[in-house]
Amino acid sequence: MTAIEIVAEPGVPQVLVTREFAAPASKLLRAHTDPDLLARWLGPEGLQLTVDVLEPRDGGRWRYTQTDAKGERFSFFGLYHGTPSTQGIVQTYEFDRQPGRVYLNAISFEERGERTVLRQNTVFQSVEDRDYYVRGGMEVGLRASLDRLDALVTGRQ
Amino acid sequence: MASDQLSAVFGALADPTRRSILMRLTRGDATVGELCAPFAMSQPAISRHLKVLEEAGLISRSRISTRRLSHLEAAPLRAATSWLAAYRHYWETSYDQLDALLATMEDEA
Repeated sequence: MTAIEIVAEPGVPQVLVTREFAAPASKLLRAHTDPDLLARWLGPEGLQLTVDVLEPRDGGRWRYTQTDAKGERFSFFGLYHGTPSTQGIVQTYEFDRQPGRVYLNAISFEERGERTVLRQNTVFQSVEDRDYYVRGGMEVGLRASLDRLDALVTGRQ
Repeated sequence: MASDQLSAVFGALADPTRRSILMRLTRGDATVGELCAPFAMSQPAISRHLKVLEEAGLISRSRISTRRLSHLEAAPLRAATSWLAAYRHYWETSYDQLDALLATMEDEA
C-alpha cells in the first residue's frame, strides 16, 4: 500500500492529491472510464455508487449518484474536456446540492516503470467552495452530526 | 492518526445509533442500562455498539463495583472532524479499493 499525499494550502482554491499505483496507466484509465469498474472502487464503505452516464470522449457527459445507508442520494456530474487517455482525464464537476459551483478536475497519469503516479489537481471558483467540498459535501448528513458532536466535545473540555 | 484507525473511527461514526450514544456520553459517563433507555434495542445490541466504539478508541470503559461505565474519548473524535479528515478518508479508502481492483484486472490484449 502506498501513502496518499494531499496538499490544500490555506487561502488557495485548489487541492492536489498524489498516489502511486502498481499498474500501468492503461488500467487506471479503464478503472476511471468503465462504469462497472468505477462503481467497484470509488467512494468509501457505506456509500453505494451508481454510474448514471459515462461518455469518456471530448464533450461527453458523466454523472454518478452516491446513496448512503439512509437512502439519501448525492449526485455529481459534468463534462469531459478532451478525450480521456493514458495521459490523463480533464473534467468539470458539479454537485447537485450546490448548483453553479462548478469546479475543474485534472487527473494525470505518469508511468514510472511498472508503476503509475496519479495526480488529481482540483481547482475551485473560491476558497469557500473548496472548503465546503473538502469538509465533506459527499457526506452531508454525517458531517452535520459530526460537527454537532465536535462542538459538544470541544465545549466540554 | 494512522489511516486504519481513522477508518475504524469513520466506520463507527457511520451508524446513527452509535452517534446517539456518543451524544449521550458528552453529558457524562453512563452504564449500558442508561444508554439502552432511549432506544428500542436490547442490552446485548447496545453492548455490541459499545464494543465497536471502544475498538475505534471513541470510548473507554471502566468498572466501579458492579457498574460498568462508558466514557467518551474526545481525541479520536476531534481528529475525525478536523477539516481534511473526511476528504482524506474518502480518497484513501477509494484508492485502496482501486489497488485491489487493479490487481484483478486482466492486461489489455
